[in-house]
Amino acid sequence: MPRLNKNKIITLLKVQYSNMLEYRIEIALWAISGIIPFFMLNIWTNNDLNESLNISDIMLSRYFLSAFFVRQFSVVWVVFTFEEDTILGKVSPYLIQPLNPFFRYFAQHIAEQITRFPFALVIACLFFLLNPGSIWVPNVNTLFLSFISTFLSFLIQFLIQSIIACLCFWTERASSIERLLFIPTLFLSGLLAPVVSFPDYVKSWIYYTPFPYLIDFPANLLSGNSTNINQGFSMQIIWILILFPLFRKIWAEGTKKYTAMGS
Amino acid sequence: MKINKYFQVYKKFIYTSLASELEYKTNIIIDLFTAILSLLGSIFLLTIFFQNTGNIGGWKFEQALIIQGIYTLLNGITNTWFNPNLTEIVKHIREGTLDFVLLKPIDSQFFISLKKFNPSGFLEIILGLYLLFYCIKINQIYLNLSFAILCLLTIICAISILYSLWFFISTTTIWFVKTWNATEVLRSFLYIGRFPLTSFSFSLRIFFSIFIPIAFITSIPSEVFLGSSQSWKILLEVFISFIFIITSRKFWLFALRFYTSASS
Repeated sequence: MPRLNKNKIITLLKVQYSNMLEYRIEIALWAISGIIPFFMLNIWTNNDLNESLNISDIMLSRYFLSAFFVRQFSVVWVVFTFEEDTILGKVSPYLIQPLNPFFRYFAQHIAEQITRFPFALVIACLFFLLNPGSIWVPNVNTLFLSFISTFLSFLIQFLIQSIIACLCFWTERASSIERLLFIPTLFLSGLLAPVVSFPDYVKSWIYYTPFPYLIDFPANLLSGNSTNINQGFSMQIIWILILFPLFRKIWAEGTKKYTAMGS
Repeated sequence: MKINKYFQVYKKFIYTSLASELEYKTNIIIDLFTAILSLLGSIFLLTIFFQNTGNIGGWKFEQALIIQGIYTLLNGITNTWFNPNLTEIVKHIREGTLDFVLLKPIDSQFFISLKKFNPSGFLEIILGLYLLFYCIKINQIYLNLSFAILCLLTIICAISILYSLWFFISTTTIWFVKTWNATEVLRSFLYIGRFPLTSFSFSLRIFFSIFIPIAFITSIPSEVFLGSSQSWKILLEVFISFIFIITSRKFWLFALRFYTSASS
C-alpha cells in the first residue's frame, strides 16, 4: 500500500474541504435530516418512559443531543461514492495513482465533517434555546475522550463500509448490502433508544457486537451518563483491529478482480 | 380512448422497469431482508417503549402496530413508485433530457411520476398488508363493507398526499437542480409516522399536522382502522388530499415555465 506523508494529507484535505464547501447547502440539509434523536427524546419524556430507567429528563435530553452529535460526525457514505465511481469507471485513474483511493474518500469524509460542524452547532444552540434546562459544558477531559471515541466509531463504520464497498468489484450494487446493514446500526446503536433501556435478552449479547460503541458509548461519554470507559475503548480498538486486516485482504483480492467497467 | 392509451403505456413502463430490475436478482432478495429487518427493528423499538407502560399517547401496543402496518405499506409504495421516479426526474433535469419527455405526446407529469417501478418495494407493501391483517385479528376488528370502504378511502388519500409531497420536491429540482438531500430531510420527518402522533408534545403535534401532514398520512388512516375516527376528520383528510393533488399539478405546470433545458 502506498505511503502517506504529511504533504499528501494536507493537500488531500485542502482539496476536499474546498470541494465540500461548494455543497454546503446540501450538507446543511443532511445535518437537518439527522434530527430523529430529538423526536425520539420527545416520545421518551412526553410519556415518562425514562422513569423506569432512572435517567432524569435532563440527562436523557443530553444523551440524545450527544447522540445527534456523534451521529453527525460518524456518518459514512463511502460505499455510495465508490459504487458510483466503479460504475462510471472512475476508479481506473485512481488505481494508477500512487495512493490508495480510500485515502481520498477518507479525506472527503473528514472535510465533510468539518463543513458540517457549524450547522450541527446551530442545531445544538436551537435545541438549548428550546430546552434551556439541559445546557451543560463538558470539561476538557470529557470532550477529549468523547472526541476520540467518536472518531473511533467513525473509523469502525468507515472500515465496515469500505469492506462492503470493495464488494463492488464483484457485484455492481453493493449499496443494497449497506442498506441492509444500516438497519441493525439504526436500531441497536443507541440512536433511537439508549442501550441501557434494551431488554435483557438483547443486552446479554449486544456488548459483544460493534453497535453500542458506534453511538451509545460516545454519547454516554459526552453527556456524562454512566458508562464503562475502559470496556468501551477496548472494544472499539478490538473491532478496528479485526476490521482493518479484513479490509486490506478484500481490497487486495478485489483489485485483482477489477475489470475497469465503463471505461 | 385516452385512458386506454395511458393504460397501455403504463403496462409498457412496468414491463421495461421489471426487465431492468430483474437484472439484479440478489438485490431484490437483499431488499426483502432489509424490509423485514426494518419492520422488526421498529417493533423492537415499540416493545422498548411499552416495556414499563401500558399505553403511549392513548395507544396500546396492539393498536400501535396498526400504525406500523400503515407506515410499512406507505413506505413500500414510496419505494416502489415515488423514490425511483424522483431519482429519474433529478437526472432528467440535470442532463437536459426532460426535453424529450416534454416533446412526447403524453402528459409529462404522468410520464415522469410513473416511468419507473421498483419491484423490491413491492415486498414491503405485502409485508405491510400482512401486518394489517394480523392487526385486524389481534384487535378483533369487525369487518364490514363500510369499514373496508373507509379504510381504502383514507389510505388512498394518504397515498395522494405522500405522492404530492414527493412530487413537490421533485418539481423544485427545476430551480435547484440538486434536491437529493431535501428528500432525506422529508424521509427523516416522515419517520415520525411510525409512532402515534398523540405521543408527541403539543408543539410537535401541531408541526406534524400543518407543515408535514403526518397526521393525515398515518394517524387518521390508523384511527379509521381502529374505528375510533370522527367523520369530520375523514372529510378533512379527503379535502386536504384534493388540495395537495391539485396544487402539485399546478405547481408542476408553473415550474415548467421556468425550465430552460440544460446542455442541449
